[in-house]
Amino acid sequence: MHHVLSVLVENRSGVLSRVAGLFSRRGYSIDSIAVGPTEDPAVSRMVIVVQADEDGLEQITKQLHKLIDVLKIHDITGEARVERELALIKVQADAANRGDILQIVDIFRAKIVDVAEKSLIIEITGDTDKVDALIELLRTFGIQELVRTGRIAMVRGRRVEAAR
Amino acid sequence: MAAVRATKQDIYHGGDAAIVETQTTITGAEALIKSLQAEGVDVVFGYPGGAVLNIYDALHQSSLRHILTRHEQAAAHAADAYARVTGKPGVCIATSGPGATNLVTGLATAYMDSVPVVAITGQVASFLIGKDAFQEADITGITMPITKHNYLVKDAKDLPGIIKEAFYVASTGRPGPVLIDIPRDVAVGELSYKHPESVELSTYKPTYVGHIKQITSAVAAIDEASKPLLYVGGGAVAAGAHAEILELAEKADIPVTMTLMGLGAFPGEHQLSLGMLGMHGTAYANYSVNHCDLLIAVGARFDDRVTGDIQSFAPHARVIHIDIDPAEIGKNIHVDIPIVGDACNVLKEIVAKVAPKQHTHWVTKIKKWKQEHPLHYEIEESNCQAAGTSQRVHPQAVIDALYELTKGDAVVATDVGQHQMWAAHYYRFAQTRRFVTSGGLGTMGFGLPAAVGAQIGKPDATVLCIAGDGSIQMNIQELATVVQEKLPVKVFILNNQWLGMVRQWQELFFEKRYSHTSLESGPDFVKLAEAYGVKGMRIKNPSEMMAVLEAALAHPGPVVVDCWVKQDENVYPMVPAGKGLSEMLGLEGK
Ligand SMILES: Cc1ncc(C[n+]2csc(CCOP(=O)(O)OP(=O)(O)O)c2C)c(N)n1
Repeated sequence: MHHVLSVLVENRSGVLSRVAGLFSRRGYSIDSIAVGPTEDPAVSRMVIVVQADEDGLEQITKQLHKLIDVLKIHDITGEARVERELALIKVQADAANRGDILQIVDIFRAKIVDVAEKSLIIEITGDTDKVDALIELLRTFGIQELVRTGRIAMVRGRRVEAAR
Repeated sequence: MAAVRATKQDIYHGGDAAIVETQTTITGAEALIKSLQAEGVDVVFGYPGGAVLNIYDALHQSSLRHILTRHEQAAAHAADAYARVTGKPGVCIATSGPGATNLVTGLATAYMDSVPVVAITGQVASFLIGKDAFQEADITGITMPITKHNYLVKDAKDLPGIIKEAFYVASTGRPGPVLIDIPRDVAVGELSYKHPESVELSTYKPTYVGHIKQITSAVAAIDEASKPLLYVGGGAVAAGAHAEILELAEKADIPVTMTLMGLGAFPGEHQLSLGMLGMHGTAYANYSVNHCDLLIAVGARFDDRVTGDIQSFAPHARVIHIDIDPAEIGKNIHVDIPIVGDACNVLKEIVAKVAPKQHTHWVTKIKKWKQEHPLHYEIEESNCQAAGTSQRVHPQAVIDALYELTKGDAVVATDVGQHQMWAAHYYRFAQTRRFVTSGGLGTMGFGLPAAVGAQIGKPDATVLCIAGDGSIQMNIQELATVVQEKLPVKVFILNNQWLGMVRQWQELFFEKRYSHTSLESGPDFVKLAEAYGVKGMRIKNPSEMMAVLEAALAHPGPVVVDCWVKQDENVYPMVPAGKGLSEMLGLEGK
C-alpha cells in the first residue's frame, strides 16, 4: 500500500541524493517526493510517497534513520491530514471546445492560468484523486504537457514534530 | 591560486577578523594532520597524487607515520585490517579521481563488515568541481551507498569539526567507513586551528543500553529453553562481548556457533563451540540450528550465506536478536525478542539474571553429531582424477599444521575462496581480532594488504596470509610494501592452479563445465617473491610440508610459500545456494 512519510532532514548539499539513493539501493521505488525548506531554514522537509508493505515500510524507516542527515521520520499515512498536489496541464483547445473545457475547470475549481491560440494551461490544486480525475477528463481534449509537484501533506490540528 | 586568496580574504574580512590577526593560522592540510593526531592516529596508509600534494607536504613535516602501499585499494584494505586487529579506526589517503576510485572496493569491503575506516581523498579545487577537471571524480556521490557517511569539505575552517565528527561516526554505534573529500583549495586555505572537544550530532544517537523489558523477556526465554543455541556474529567482536558470551554459554550450558565474522568470539576448541554455521558451516552447527528451540543471535545479521533458504531456517526456534543497529532487526527474519543495544552491555545484564542450567540431553545430541560428521579431509585415493594429484598436499592439512605450529596464536588474514573457508574451519581461533577476512563483500585480493595492515597494527604478532593463487594476484604488488616496511608477514598460497571456489561450483552445479577458471599459466610464485626481495619457498608434496612450514615460520623476515595443494579438493560441507541448512553436500558417509 501507499505510505506518506514526512521526513525532516538537515538542509545540506547531497541530502536529497542520500535519501533517494537509499530507496533505490534497498529496492523500493518512490512514487513522489516533494522537498522544500521548513520554518527553520537549516531544516528541509521531504514528503515521500512510497509503495511498501508493513515490513518494507519498517525497513525503509529504520534505514532512513541511519542517515546522519535525517532528523525525524513520521509515517502520516494513518493520520488526519491535509494533502495537496499541484498540477499544471496544457490542453489542446480551440474556439469550438473551449467552453466545454471551461465548464470542467469550473466544476473542479481549477484555474485557467494561460490562454494561447490553440491551448490552455490549467492549474489545479487538490488531493491526488482530484488531480487524477481532472486529468482523466481532460485527456479527451488532448493533453500536450503535464507537470505535477507530488504530494505535500500536513497533519491537522496539533503540531506533529519540531525539527529539534 | 585565486581560490586561496579568496579564502584568506574571507577570513580577514569575516566577523572573526580580530581573532585571526592575533592567532597564528595554519593550512587545511596542516589542520588535517593535527586533527588526525588529536584523534590518536599513529599511522596512515596511502598513495600520493596531485590533489593531495599539500597534504603529503604537511605529512612530510609531521611525525605521523605513513605507509606507502602500491595501490590505493591496498591502502584501504590495510587501514581496514589495522582497524580489525586493533579496534581503532584505520586511516587511508588517496588523491582525487583514480586514486579515490581505487579506494572504492576497499571501502565497500569495510562497509559490509562494519569496520571503522576513515578515508581521506583529495579533490580538485572547489571552483573546478563540476567542470570535469583533470582527475575529478564525484567520490562522495560514488561512495554514498558504501560508506556510513561522507563529507565534502567546503571551507578549511570546517576541517577540524568534520574530522572529529568523522572519527566519531566511524567508530561508534555500528562502526563503518567514513570518507572525507578535501578540495585542493581547502587543503591550502588557512584557518585558526582548534581541535573540538566533543561532537554535537543531534541526528545520530546510537542506543547502547538494552531495554530492560526486552532483557527480562530474553532471560525468561533462555531459562525456559531446552535446546538453546548462541549464534554469534561480527557485532559481538566489535562490541568486545567475548567474555560475556563465554560466561553465558558456560552458565546456562548453551552451545555456540559463529559466523565467518564472529570466529574467535568464542574459543574454537571449547567443547560448546560448534564452529561456523551456514553454507560452509559444520554439519553439527547447521543441525543445531535446525533443531534448536531458542536461537540467540548476537551481533549477527542473518546473511543469506548463513541462513540458506530463509523459510526453513531455525524452524523450531524462538529468536532473540541482540544488535546495535535497529535496522538489522526483522530485516531478514521474524524476531520474537529484539534487543537494540551494545552486545556487551546487554549480555552482561542477561548473564547476571539467567539461571545456571545443564542441557545434558541437547549437548549430548550435538556431541553425537560432532562424532558422526566431523570436519574431515581424507579423501579416497581413487577420487584423485588428474594424474599426480595424489602427490600434492591437502590444503586443509596446511592450515591444520599452521594452527599447530603457531599454537593457534597467529593473526590470520585471508583472501577469498576455498582457502578462506579452510582457514575458517581448521584454524580454531581462540580470540577475537585474529581472523581478518572479507566476509560480506568477499573481496579477492584482500589478504596481502590486510596482512600488511594487521602487522602494522600488531607489530609483535605472527601474521599469516592464507591466499589463493587467484586472489594473491589481485594485490601481489603489496610484496613491495612488505619489503619496504620490513614486515615479517608469512604468505601461504594454497596453489591449486584454479579459481578453486568457482571451479567447485562448476563441478557441482554446472556439470563440470570449467568455464575460464583454470590458472595453469602460473606465475612461478617463488621467483616472483624473490623478484620483490621476499624469501620464496615451495611445498610440492606431503613429505616436505612440515619442514618447509617450520622453516618459513622461523624465518625472521617475510616469506612466500607456494603450497602445491590437491587440485580437485572441495570445501565441504556445502549447502547449495538457496537450499535449507539441512541439505548439506559432502557429509561423511553420503
Ligand atoms: C574481486 C573478486 N572477483 C571475483 C570473485 C569471485 N570469486 C570468488 S572465489 C573465486 C576464486 C578464488 O580463487 P583463488 O584465489 O585461487 O582461491 P581458491 O578458491 O582456489 O582457494 C572467485 C573468482 C570475488 N570473490 N572477488
